This record gives sequence, structure tokens and C-alpha cells, in this order.
Amino acid sequence: MSAALDLAARVTDPRDRGGPRQPLLIARDLRKHFAVKGAKGKVVRAVDGISFAVRKGETLGVVGESGCGKSTLARLLLHLIVPDAGELVFDGEAVGAPGGISVGALRRQAQMVFQDSYSSLNPRMPVRDSVAFGPYVQGTKRPEARDIARRMLGQVGLDADLFGPRYPHELSGGQKQRVNIARALATGPRMVVLDEPVSALDKSVEAQVLNLLLDLKQRFGLTYLFISHDLGVVRFVSDRVLVVYLGRVVEVGPSEALFHEPKHPYTRALLASRPSMDPARRIEEAPIAGDPPNPIDPPSGCRFRTRCPFAEAVCAAREPALAADGWDAHAAACHMQDAGSGHSRAASAGSA
Amino acid sequence: MTVMASQPVMASGQPMAAEQVMGLPGPEPDAAAAPDAHALPAITVRSYWQSVGYRLRHDPATLCFAAIVLLIVLAAVFAPLVAPDNPFQESIIGRLKPFGWRGHLLGTDELGRDMLSRLLFGGRVALLMGVVPVLIASVVGGTLGVIGGFAGGMINTATMRTMDVFYAFPSVLLAVAIAGAMGGGIANGMIALTLVFIPPICRVAETATTQVRGLDFIEAARASGARPLTIIRHHVLGNVLGPVFIYASSLVSVSMLLASGLSFLGLGVRPPTPDWGLMLSTLRQSIWVVPWVCALPGVAIFITSFCFNLVSDGLRAAMDVRM
Repeated sequence: MSAALDLAARVTDPRDRGGPRQPLLIARDLRKHFAVKGAKGKVVRAVDGISFAVRKGETLGVVGESGCGKSTLARLLLHLIVPDAGELVFDGEAVGAPGGISVGALRRQAQMVFQDSYSSLNPRMPVRDSVAFGPYVQGTKRPEARDIARRMLGQVGLDADLFGPRYPHELSGGQKQRVNIARALATGPRMVVLDEPVSALDKSVEAQVLNLLLDLKQRFGLTYLFISHDLGVVRFVSDRVLVVYLGRVVEVGPSEALFHEPKHPYTRALLASRPSMDPARRIEEAPIAGDPPNPIDPPSGCRFRTRCPFAEAVCAAREPALAADGWDAHAAACHMQDAGSGHSRAASAGSA
Repeated sequence: MTVMASQPVMASGQPMAAEQVMGLPGPEPDAAAAPDAHALPAITVRSYWQSVGYRLRHDPATLCFAAIVLLIVLAAVFAPLVAPDNPFQESIIGRLKPFGWRGHLLGTDELGRDMLSRLLFGGRVALLMGVVPVLIASVVGGTLGVIGGFAGGMINTATMRTMDVFYAFPSVLLAVAIAGAMGGGIANGMIALTLVFIPPICRVAETATTQVRGLDFIEAARASGARPLTIIRHHVLGNVLGPVFIYASSLVSVSMLLASGLSFLGLGVRPPTPDWGLMLSTLRQSIWVVPWVCALPGVAIFITSFCFNLVSDGLRAAMDVRM
């Protein structure tokens, strides 16, 4: 992926309002807590104050362990779940706020591809009808919606005559995920939230689908928010990456910088836990110990301190801030990055 | 291309699913894919109902019992044409006669009426009482269940707890209580049976809806901006209809039995209307006189509900398509 984005050339969409410099989506301090059944007053802090912006035409990767709130985040972005607090701004307009754009209008411009290609298609519907459903719901007449479905199936590399009339159980996992992508693109979105789109696929099929996604992005001038737990995949597709831990962003930065020089100990641990391609250099022991702490009762201060090899008193006392300024800033929410934090490694860590 | 065309064919006769696009989609994916597609043999795509039909056609037992059910239905519908006698024609001298007495193939009842004719006409009431309450209950209970299941939360709790109240009574008692409170007659009997069947059907519909509601394709439909009613119409109903239909078909025999029970107790059909339950009730005093004749209504009830049950089981098996 070339890091240089020719933004001006891509943003030719008539629906564009803010111009190329206006981020397509800004999330400010998004929060979603789920009540715990049977325990009064206890909540799971699935997403606990996440802020970020997605530039027009870029792919923003979101990585994190399972259970860190990635999927909740994806659903919040499309208002499939209503956030408890925080703000969403789509192309300069607040979502669901007076004077902004409605949730319905947001869903005309943003779509989602789900992880489970099986359950995200209606088993009792031929796949072409699943693809045509979105345009139909958004006011396209049935015959035209069918035409769109045919075209979109072609765009994702499935012959519409051959695969259109089939039912999901008659397709392979890769084919189903292609249909899901066609379904998401059928309404002509500008942004697509991809929630682990290739996690359930074989490695060989995964590569095909990833290439298809990149290809479609070019063809339709899309902006992606790509959620995955697979670091290799995220590195391959993303321009910038967001690392999420227990419902909070711990590190953000351009893909190459983040993968070459991870700043947060959690990111470093994640990278170290990747299986090695070289059998001579096996990982002898897990570089990150234990399970993530309970999101019902997260640790005080820095949430990673319970598993962090560098944790000190200050980590329990104060929560480190994420000081990212500028688009290509590479920053981590860690006291070791902050010279004035009082952490013993604070001075050396940043420049090392 | 030739490789694709000569792909092995599985035992089912369907070509193996070709992962159609092997390489990366090039600048013209259609152009690359199309020749391969045309080289493949024509693929028959079966819809859900087509595959259910296919399975049913290959299930001789179910077909056999379905034929019997059809025969019973036809006999009941065309009872005026096929019945050898007037079912209301009484005869003082010809009471409680055995099989074959003076042309009465299945004998006569306690008032000398032709048993065969009465059984045929009785089938009309039995089928009516078997099908109509289940049909109405399916519509009402199914609607309530789908709405409750899809809405979730308080609405669902309110609906299902109300149903649980009805559940607390054994169905026979409930039917007897309702029919008793409203007085006898076919209409009241049907209302009573309908009320008995609404809760279980509602529960089946609610369960199926709740299962579907959590799936991603509902979420995807919401993400494309569909309103709840549109989602229910396009995405929920198709997945709920099957289970509700299977369950309802198994209730038809229960309904017939309960209806016979009501008639037996004098809460359903009133004499002289021929009805299997009622006939069983009036003939039971004569069981020592002509035992075989007296057993006939019971046999009719048994055979009909038995066949309905087996057809329902066959349907369940045929509709349980792994998808």
C-alpha cells in the first residue's frame, strides 16, 4: 500500500460536503456500557471513551484482542447500537443531532460487512435478493434494485446468473463473504466498516477477499474502517492503525511506523505474539501473560498495567493520556511516552 | 477453462462448488469469469420449498399417510355424494345392528341410523374442528409471537407471561373450562380450542423469531435503513413460517381429539349432528350389544389423528433442511 494518498483525485463524490480535508468520520469520546444481568449497577465498559477520525479515502485499521470492544465500536459507528455518550460526525455533520444528518442518512453513506459470512445472509433468501434488499429499502424500484444486485455481484467477481439465484448454504465461505461485500456496496456507501471481514476464511481465500476489498476501494473511492485481530492483515490493508485495549485506544499511528516502532507495551506484546514464519525462531513463551482484565471492573490508572512488564506506581495512580496531534502523528497512551509522568523509563522510551 | 468444465461431479448430481474466481480480480473481473461460467454445466438451484418438495417425494411412508389423509378429507368433503344413506334417517326396528345388516355396511347406531354415512359426515365436523382452530391460532399466535420476539424487552415479557398464564392449565381442562363457560356448540368449541392453541404457537413463533433476531443479517438489514416491519416481512417471516407450520400441523390431530372430547362431554357438537366424539359418547352404553359398531367412531378418530401425526412428522423431517 502506498502511503501517499491522492485525496483530491479520489474525492469526487457529489455527496461530499466538507472537501478533501474534512475527515469523513470523527468519533469523539464514544462510550457504550452494557448493564450486567443479575448484578445491579455493574456495567461492562465495552467502549469507554474512544476518539478518532477517519480521513477520506484512507483505511483505518483497528486492532485488539477479542473482547476489547472492537465489534461494539463497529456497531456504534453505524448507530446499530446507540452510544451512551460521545459524538459522531460524518463529513462535518453531527449524526443524529439537530442540524446534523439523521441516522437514516448516515446509513445511506456508510455500510458494514460482518465477520460471520454465514449468519449475515438470510438463509431463506437467494443471495441476489439479499444484495438487492438494501437499494430496495432505500427507495429503488424492484427491477432496478435487481439490476444493481447483478452489477454488484459482478463487481465482487461472482457471475450473477450462476450465483445470484443460489441460497447461502450453496456457497463457500469466500463466496458468501463476496456476497456480503456486494450487499454492503449495493447502496453506494462512501464508508464501509469491515468487522473482521476475513477472520473466518481460509488463508488462501482470505488473500483473495483482501485483494478484492482493496480493488473495490480504488474503484469506488471508498473509505474503510477495518477491524481485525490479525496484525498481518491490518498491516497489509491499513494506512493508519488504531490499537484498542479494554475499550480504549492505547496507540495510534501510521501503519508502517506503528508496526516498525511500536510505542505502547501492549502493541509490542501483540506484535511479539505473532507466530513466526521461521521455524528456527519459534516463540518460546507467550510474551503477554494472562487474560485481559474484567471490563466490568477495569484496573485503575492505565488499564494495561496488570499485564505490563514495566508497570510502576504511577501507572496505577493516573491514566495516561493519548497525545496525538496531527494526522500522521504516532502516539501511545503510556506514561513511558510522557517525559513528565514520573515513570522511571519515561525519558528513554520515546527516543529509543 | 477445460479444467473447470471437466470438474468432478458429486453424487448428488450437482457440480462441485467452484470457487469461481481463482486469482485476484483483475481490471475486468466479469470478462475473466464469464467464459468459465459458461463452460460449467447448468446448475439447478433449488429453493427451500423445492428441496422440501424433493425430500417429501422421496419419503414413501409420509406419502402413503398423506394419501390416507387426503382420502379422509375427500370422503368428508364429498360425504353427501359418497354416503350410502341419509345420516339422520332413523329406524326403530334397525337399531344397533351389526356390520352388513340389510345393506348397512358398518351397521347401525342406537337410533337405527346408518353408521357408515354418519362416520362420513362426522368426518366433516372432525376435520373442521381439527383444522380451523389451529389455523386461526397460527395466525393470531404467530403474529403475537413474531411481534413479541422481534420487539423484545417489555413487550416480549408482557406477551409471553400472559401466554404462560394459559400454559399453567392442562390443555384439556382449559378447553373444557372455556367451552363450558360459553356453552356448547361447534362455534364455541372452536373458539375454546383456538384459545387453547394460541399460547404454544405463540411460543414457537417467539422462539424462532428470537433466534433469527440476533443474527447478523437482521443487523445488516437495519444498517441499510430498513424499518422493523420491512425487516419482519422480508427477513423474519420466511424463517419463522417453517417452524410454526410444522408445529401447527402436529396440533391438528390434538385439536381433533380435544374436539371429540368436548363432544363426548356434551360441550361440543349437539345431537343429532353426526360427530365422532358425540357418537362415541352415545354408543358407549351399547358397547355390550354391538361392540364393533360402537368402537367405530374411536377407530375413525384414531386413524385420522394417527395419519395426521405421521404426515406432520414427515413434514418436519422434510423441512429440517440444514442451511
